[in-house]
Amino acid sequence: MGWFILYSLYMAVCRPGSPLQILKQMRFIGTKSLFVIILTAAFTGMVLGLQGYYTLAKFGSEGMLGTAVALSLIRELGPVLSALMVTGRAGSAITAEIGIMRISEQIDALETMALDPFKYLVTPKLIAAMVALPLLCAIFDVVGIYGGWLVGVKLLGVNPGAYFYEMEKAVELRDITSGFAKSFSFGVIIAWIGCYKGYYAGHGAEGVSRATTESVVLTSVLILIWDYFLTSVLL
Amino acid sequence: MNMAKLEMMVGIFMLVGILCLGYLSIKLGKMELIGGDYYTVTAGFDSVSGLKPGARVEIAGVEVGKVERIGLDPASGDRALAYLKIRAGISISDDVIASVRTSGIIGDKFIKLKPGGSDKPLKPNGKIRETESAIDIEELVSKFIHGKV
Repeated sequence: MGWFILYSLYMAVCRPGSPLQILKQMRFIGTKSLFVIILTAAFTGMVLGLQGYYTLAKFGSEGMLGTAVALSLIRELGPVLSALMVTGRAGSAITAEIGIMRISEQIDALETMALDPFKYLVTPKLIAAMVALPLLCAIFDVVGIYGGWLVGVKLLGVNPGAYFYEMEKAVELRDITSGFAKSFSFGVIIAWIGCYKGYYAGHGAEGVSRATTESVVLTSVLILIWDYFLTSVLL
Repeated sequence: MNMAKLEMMVGIFMLVGILCLGYLSIKLGKMELIGGDYYTVTAGFDSVSGLKPGARVEIAGVEVGKVERIGLDPASGDRALAYLKIRAGISISDDVIASVRTSGIIGDKFIKLKPGGSDKPLKPNGKIRETESAIDIEELVSKFIHGKV
């Protein structure tokens, strides 16, 4: 597994493959995830607004709602939830796609023609995931903040000026860069596990189904574990 | 799926993502793309306890700048020196009084500038001479308890 990611990263830097392949993967991982990301982000922000409001109202500091929503979104929920959604949407599809190519011997065919399967299958996905995840995370953060604004300000009557003013005061550039660092590394994890599990899928339809399940479970767990370690280092 | 449509869809996604990224880092992260519309003045304090870089600088309650950084005064070594970034176009007189104040009871510390009567403006990189330090509530309470008020 270690060799797999090292070789893919080496390929991504030295011979990134055709731009068309990367573009196609960008569309698959990025553009097509947009809808589900916006939907989850809006509801995450809204529920944060609701929960935060009732907690903060006990201390009479509803004005801090913007800070609570923005910090929890930018530092944790944005990177993690967007990565989990992409795992479910694209990670599973990556494994299934490569797994089926493996069991129908298309990967062997590529090797027979002296074409590196990494260059055609793995690196474009890796690069696309590394670029798309931080962007999806940024969209998630912004949509979530406005979701929280919708519930906090429009529904529950928090002062709109206070919502954004407190937010701008509390959020620092370091929070944002650490959020994106997380998101970037989650992109690597998603493409890495997705491709690895597909590449070494077992035999037949059963092998592909098992590889897909393993890939989604392992990616989700790794994202959460890696998130803990990154937070303890970056904080 | 033809090439142009593919490129456009990815392009739109990238554009939206980068816009959100820019919004976050500039609006919330206070990243400054254009510098130079500020000038710096310094102010020495006995204590700036609780004041942080990025705190507001106010005249009459209106924000006119930010605290850029805080350090020990190299000349004396036992006083704090705050570097204040004041927006260009706002002139402060050379006998302005700078004081460290608190907004609210547990609020943030900020610097309040009270203009004096002088006609001469303070030059960039000039030093504010009249300053009032942060009020130390613990010290006040202990003074009250030990009856030294």
